[in-house]
Amino acid sequence: MHDYLEFEKPIREIEEKIEKLATAPAGKSQDEIRKLRIKLAQVEHTLYSKLTPWQRTQLARHPQRPSTLDYIGYLFRDFLELHGDRSFGDDRAIVGGFATYNDRSIMVIGHQKGKTLKERMQRNFGMPNPEGYRKALRLMKMAEKFGRPIVTFIDTPGAYPGIGAEERGQAEAIARNLYVMSRLAVPIISIVIGEGGSGGALALGVSDRVLMLEHGVYSVISPEGCAAILWDDPAKVPDAASALKMTASDLVDLHIVDEVIPEPLGGAHRDLNAMTERVAKSLSNQLAQLNDLSLPQLLAQRDQKYRSIGAVNGLAATLQ
Amino acid sequence: MAWFKKQKTTEPEPPKRSKISEGMWLKCNHCREIVYRKEVERNNKVCPKCDYHFPISVLERIALLVDLGTFKEWDVELSPQDPLNFQDTKSYKERVKTHQEKTGRKDAMVIGEGMMNGRRAVLCVFDFSFMGGSMGSVVGEKICRAIDRALETRLPVILVTTSGGARMQEGILSLMQMAKTSAAVAKLGEAKLPFICLLADPTFGGVTASVAMLGDVILAEPKALIGFAGPRVIEQTIKQQLPDQFQRAEFLLEHGMIDMIVERRQLKETLSTLVAHF
Ligand SMILES: [Zn+2]
Repeated sequence: MHDYLEFEKPIREIEEKIEKLATAPAGKSQDEIRKLRIKLAQVEHTLYSKLTPWQRTQLARHPQRPSTLDYIGYLFRDFLELHGDRSFGDDRAIVGGFATYNDRSIMVIGHQKGKTLKERMQRNFGMPNPEGYRKALRLMKMAEKFGRPIVTFIDTPGAYPGIGAEERGQAEAIARNLYVMSRLAVPIISIVIGEGGSGGALALGVSDRVLMLEHGVYSVISPEGCAAILWDDPAKVPDAASALKMTASDLVDLHIVDEVIPEPLGGAHRDLNAMTERVAKSLSNQLAQLNDLSLPQLLAQRDQKYRSIGAVNGLAATLQ
Repeated sequence: MAWFKKQKTTEPEPPKRSKISEGMWLKCNHCREIVYRKEVERNNKVCPKCDYHFPISVLERIALLVDLGTFKEWDVELSPQDPLNFQDTKSYKERVKTHQEKTGRKDAMVIGEGMMNGRRAVLCVFDFSFMGGSMGSVVGEKICRAIDRALETRLPVILVTTSGGARMQEGILSLMQMAKTSAAVAKLGEAKLPFICLLADPTFGGVTASVAMLGDVILAEPKALIGFAGPRVIEQTIKQQLPDQFQRAEFLLEHGMIDMIVERRQLKETLSTLVAHF
């Protein structure tokens, strides 16, 4: 059984009918079930082939959506989770450590939202405090020191807006990660697996390649925040989601995402095995490409990539 | 990111806080006392009752920092596109046009070079009156260009911030300006050139969480509000009232986030003394 989103109601209705018939005494219901399954496939196909940005956002936040630790478990061997920022605490909204991938040692870091309510609360719903970003920074610097490539998984509503977070320098922690990641002397690959919430996501996302799952979203502000500020109307959340151009295909068009990883029909949570296989394929491919670059090439490409992001008029006129 | 929630009706005009240009009297944003406008203006726009530093314009800021007639502005023509074709209650194109007409500037950033007590420096100044000083592609590009020129000429860079954060209307491209500008500051660091930030009221969101907090030395104006998340967002999240003086410059100093708070009348002197140490 899985949780259905509101827009998935037509699917739920058919699946419930099938279930009822299946538990009923055998007989003519078999034929009925077969017909319903065909209808289900059609309904699913239509529904998922034209998801609105707001529907995708809901899928990206699905309670059963595979998390960083799910991918780590499926993709890597020997994951050793490392803890703490060595200064204040251990933020459970970010996990990280060494792991083995294709017989190579790598450093893996990601936001972790949690599945059960208890785990969600322990992990602060995937909203890191400064010590989370500082733990990530410590691990990234260690990866650089020992020449290990870095893979980050992005899945957060955003950095936590709290009193303690401000007191301990949330802004500085994020800024420091951007600064350091931009020049870090090892390959970095980021994968947006769910929600890429603003600066809190970017703090793990300055990288050589950005991959994104088909139904992931990545934005400067949540649609809810945007609707509140620009429309002053919570009913405009779906409009804000469209206006922000936050889906994977939008971000490819804007040259921010390098590769979209297709999801199983209905989303990654419907078939984690299939999903991880696709992620593994893309990840191996991208790591191999980066591996072919010399360090100066790697850093020059990263530098050039970020330096050229933006939509500005008048560049030619003022070049000196 | 963490913008202040704007009131619909105040969009094209400066926000409520800067009532400094109207009438003989004005109410201080901080102590709420009614003060005589001329007295405030004679005092570098500092409240005589509580020492609150009122927002000043970009030109006033530059005049305060550089030797008379030495400022050369760069890249005035850079102007925003509309990469998302963004439309809320108004289109982004329209908002940009309104602000360009109001400010006479193409976007929310002024860069250039000037002399500070006879010492050359590169200056980047946010313009809060242009869409709340929000950082989009033009702001990011201009900061990077200023840093490029500083790298060529080996000059120190001074950044003055007043901003609500990243500009929503350019979506992900605005978010990426945080990475772009931070990467530029990292290169300045590798070249061992100083980067000095002055945080003025207010500095929030994606600007704080990138360039503003990356200064080798970080200064702030007295009582300036500085933070990552806006106070309203925090209050809504934690459902508690915020402590008194929360996110004021004094609060940041106490928590080790900035190096010093500098009065406006001592700003130029402090900066030029500081730059001499690098
Ligand atoms: Zn006052």
